[in-house]
Formats: sequence, C-alpha cells, structure tokens
Amino acid sequence: MKTASLTGRAAVVSLALLFSFLVAWHLATRGSDVAQRMDPEYAKLMGATATQGKSAMPGPADVGVKLWEHLRRPFYDNGPNDKGVGIQLAFSIARVFAGYLLAIAVAVPAGFLIGMSPLMSKALDPFIQVLKPISPLAWMPLALYTIKDSSLSSIFVIFICSLWPTLINTAFGVASVRQEWLNVAKTLEVGTFRRAFTIILPAAAPTILTGMRISIGIAWLVIVAAEMLVGGTGIGYFVWNEWNNLSITNVITAILVIGFVGMLLDLILARLTRLVTFPE
Amino acid sequence: MSDHFISIEGIARRFPAPGGSATTVFENAWLSMSRGEFACIIGHSGCGKTTVLNILAGLDAPSSGAVIVDGQAIEGPSLDRAVIFQSHALLPWRTVLGNVTYAVSSKWRDWDKAKVAAHAQKFIDLVGLTGAEHKRPSELSGGMKQRVGIARALSIEPKIMLMDEPFSALDALTRGTLQDEVRRICQETGQTVFMITHDVDEAIYLADKVVLMTNGPGAVLAEIVENPLPRERARNDFHKHPLYYATRNHIIDFLVSRSRTFIKDIGDDYDPRHVPIVRPGLPEPSIAAAQKSTTRPRDHAAAS
Repeated sequence: MKTASLTGRAAVVSLALLFSFLVAWHLATRGSDVAQRMDPEYAKLMGATATQGKSAMPGPADVGVKLWEHLRRPFYDNGPNDKGVGIQLAFSIARVFAGYLLAIAVAVPAGFLIGMSPLMSKALDPFIQVLKPISPLAWMPLALYTIKDSSLSSIFVIFICSLWPTLINTAFGVASVRQEWLNVAKTLEVGTFRRAFTIILPAAAPTILTGMRISIGIAWLVIVAAEMLVGGTGIGYFVWNEWNNLSITNVITAILVIGFVGMLLDLILARLTRLVTFPE
Repeated sequence: MSDHFISIEGIARRFPAPGGSATTVFENAWLSMSRGEFACIIGHSGCGKTTVLNILAGLDAPSSGAVIVDGQAIEGPSLDRAVIFQSHALLPWRTVLGNVTYAVSSKWRDWDKAKVAAHAQKFIDLVGLTGAEHKRPSELSGGMKQRVGIARALSIEPKIMLMDEPFSALDALTRGTLQDEVRRICQETGQTVFMITHDVDEAIYLADKVVLMTNGPGAVLAEIVENPLPRERARNDFHKHPLYYATRNHIIDFLVSRSRTFIKDIGDDYDPRHVPIVRPGLPEPSIAAAQKSTTRPRDHAAAS
C-alpha cells in the first residue's frame, strides 16, 4: 500500500484531534438528565442548568449555532450594545491597520537611519532599550489624557506596540547587508539614495518583512486588550460586553473569530515575505 | 607614453593595533603598469595583496602614498576601475541580465532601458551566457556566476580590471575554461588587468608580469618576474615552453622559502622604488637593469 503524503496524514491527525476535542467538550457540558422536579413556572425561572443538570458552559453545538448566526448576519446594528461581529471586527481591523501603517511609516525609515549610521545606532540605543519593554497598555492613560479620544488612543497604543519589532529588524537587516554588495555599489559609483533603494532595501527586505510580521501579530494581540479598556466598539469591546452579558457562547465565538483573523493577517504577511525573499 | 598607465607610488597601509601601536601590512610599495598589461600578484595569505587591490579599486585608502591611474590620483572608487570579486558578489534578487544592466545603467545614467539592455546583452553573449539572461544567480553554477561577474565588470568598459582571486572558488575544469575566456577577452579588448592569485600556473598562463610579495606584516614587493613566454600562448602547450619551468621554479622557490627570508637576504640593497625585475632563464636576476626604471630588462638581456 502506498503511504499517503505527509500533508494528507497530518490532515487526518488534525481532524482526529479536533473531533476528539469536540466530543470531549460535548460530553463535559451536556445535561445529566437528572432533572429536579419543580413547578413548571419555577423551572422556567431556574433555567436549564437547574432543571436538566446542564452545564453553564455552552457545548460545541451551542457555539456552532451562535457562530452560524453571527456569520449569517455579520453587519447588523441594533444600537451601541448590539452590533454584528463583522462591524466589531471592522472597527478593530481599521484601528490595527491605522496604528500599524503609521508604525511602519516611522519604523522603516528610522530603522534605515539606525542601520546605516553607527552614530545614530549608538545614540538611539538607550531610548529603544528603555521604551521597548514597556507594555503597550501602560501608555493608555497617558494617551487618553493627551489625545482625549478613546479610539485614537487605542490606535496610538497599536502604533507603539508595532513599532519596535519592525524598527529593530529593519536596523538589523540594514546593518547586516553584505559588504560585498555594498562594495559592488561603491565600485559602480552608486549614490547614497540609489544604493539605499537598489541594494540595501532588497537585501534587507526579508528581515524587514519578518519584523513587520511580528509587529502585526503583536498589534492584533494588543487591540483586544486595548478595546476592552477603552470600550465602545471593536472585537475586544465585544468580548468584554458579552462577558458582562454572561453570554459565554458569544465570548467563545469571538475568541474563535479573533483567532481566524489573526491567522489571516499572519498569512498575508507571510505571503509578502515570500515575495521579497531571494534564494542564494 | 603609456608606460606608467598605473603608478603605485610609495603606498603603505597601517592598521591600528591593540595597545596604541600600529600593524603595518606593507610599507612604501612602488609599482607601475603599462596600458594593456596583465599583472598577477602572488604572495602568501596576509601579505596585503587584497589590500593593494582594494586601494587600487578605491575601496580602501592608503595610509600614505598615492596611486595614479591614467594621470589622475585615485580618490575613491570609480567606474574606470571594475572589480571582479572572489565571491562573485552578484545581487541574488536580480537576474543575470539585471545584474549586468545594474552596472551599465550606473555608468550611463541617461541611457534608456532598451539601450542598456542591448549593451548588457552584448557582454552576456561575450562570456557565453546567452540563454541564461533571465536566470537568477541561485540557479547558476559557480563558473556561470563568475562569468556574470566578468560580464558585469567588462560591461562598464573600464580602463582597468581588478580581479581578486576570481577563479579560486571554481573546480579545475571550469577554472581552465574561464582562464581561457578571460585571456581571450582581455587580448581582444586590450584590457589592463591587475589580478591576485595563489595559482602559479594561472599566473604564468595569464600574466605579462608576476609581482612577488614577501610575507606580511611589513610586506614588500620583492620582485617583478617578467613572463618569458610569448604573448601568444595556448593552454595545451605553454608548459612545454623551454622557459616555463625556469619561471615556475623561480616563483615557487620564492613562495616556499625566499618570501620569508627576502628582506634579511637583500638587506640594504633593496630599493623599494626600483623593485628588481627578473626574467627567468637568464643567468642572473637583472637587478642592474631595474636601477634605471626606463631600461627594459629585455634590452639588458640583449646587451649582455
């Protein structure tokens, strides 16, 4: 018998793991049928947990139904506390992109400067070393106080947290461009500007893109927390709001959606990285 | 007179050493080359050959002294001097054609794309890479990569080609073929070439003169060996020339023992401004002829 391909076998194992997880989840959360006898009116008040021994934790079927409901109507808007998941995601993604693109616009040129100039590299190093380890959420009060706008503040927090990986990777990539390629440019009398775009940028692009990939991952992690703090809109706010509504089903649904969007963002950056990577 | 097309005038290169002192790689080196001449420089690792080449290329500056090329002192890299790097130094994100056009468009910045591509194509054809224009360096063999390096260097039509052990990373067969090609191309174009090598046979096959360098630090140019073989030489029989072994033995003797003892042996008689010129096969190293730099050793041989 021919052995199936590695991908095929991995897919079988993945599906088996998913299936056993779903079964375990279902078994752990199903009702026990030992319903207490009580007045039907009282039973309505008590809910399924008391009457059928059903766990307060939703089972996979409940989440599946909820997920389907959300996917069918992602963009409904019933006022500030009841918006479709699609709208909430759109708010989060827009904030992430705004903060992230701003960060890239600052980090790549600044990284070039640091990477090309040993003086700037040494001069800026202490600032970077101190600012980098600060939790992005620690900036939130300062941002709220100075910007006075919760949405802009969360964009600022995204900006701050996506800045460092790209900045550091760009500086590293630029500084470690092979001397022989720079020598080629020198012997061809290529000017600084043309050298930066035709030698250093393509040579450092894979490293820069790797930094950008780390940045988008961190930005997507941070936006949920930031929106939980500032509230109003966004998938992070949605999670917190549903927690306050004690709708665990919605919380789990949101967690799944956050995971999928994060994966998509990472895939996009991975694809871009592959585009600029050159084989040696 | 083109006799001093390249003139290296008393260059030295010193690197700061730990403890405030300086390590001298070489000191007070003088050398001149004529237009269309092919010179090979041989010496042990660490004697400063690459430093001399980098100074000629303008990638490094001498601590003292100057290099004059075609009547102008070198101040940094120039498109007049093309370098062929040992590691070929191709840009891996560009195709073969892209690597050559990068050089061409650097030299002639106002040329349009079609003209640049046509010019680059000419040199890709010259090194025998027709058909591989759109391959990336990673898809090429070592020999083909170095051919691209040669095409790139030639495409800017430099006054001088500087080669830093261009064939040392290649297998023997490929190396032979590329030596033939470089020889053919340089003769056809009348190129002036300064080349570093470790391979004595390569030097004898390619060079008009072989510069011998003593061991570093504190290296000096010990001798200039004039190649006694005729300019027209072929790979299959150049080693049968009556003076081939005399030349080869002289160079190998130097590398094996005299490169270490040269400075002690020659003592105060050594004049760095007039490096002794040797023509193997003659009874004595014709040092006397070198005293007057204008006198060619060939004339001296005829006179004696």
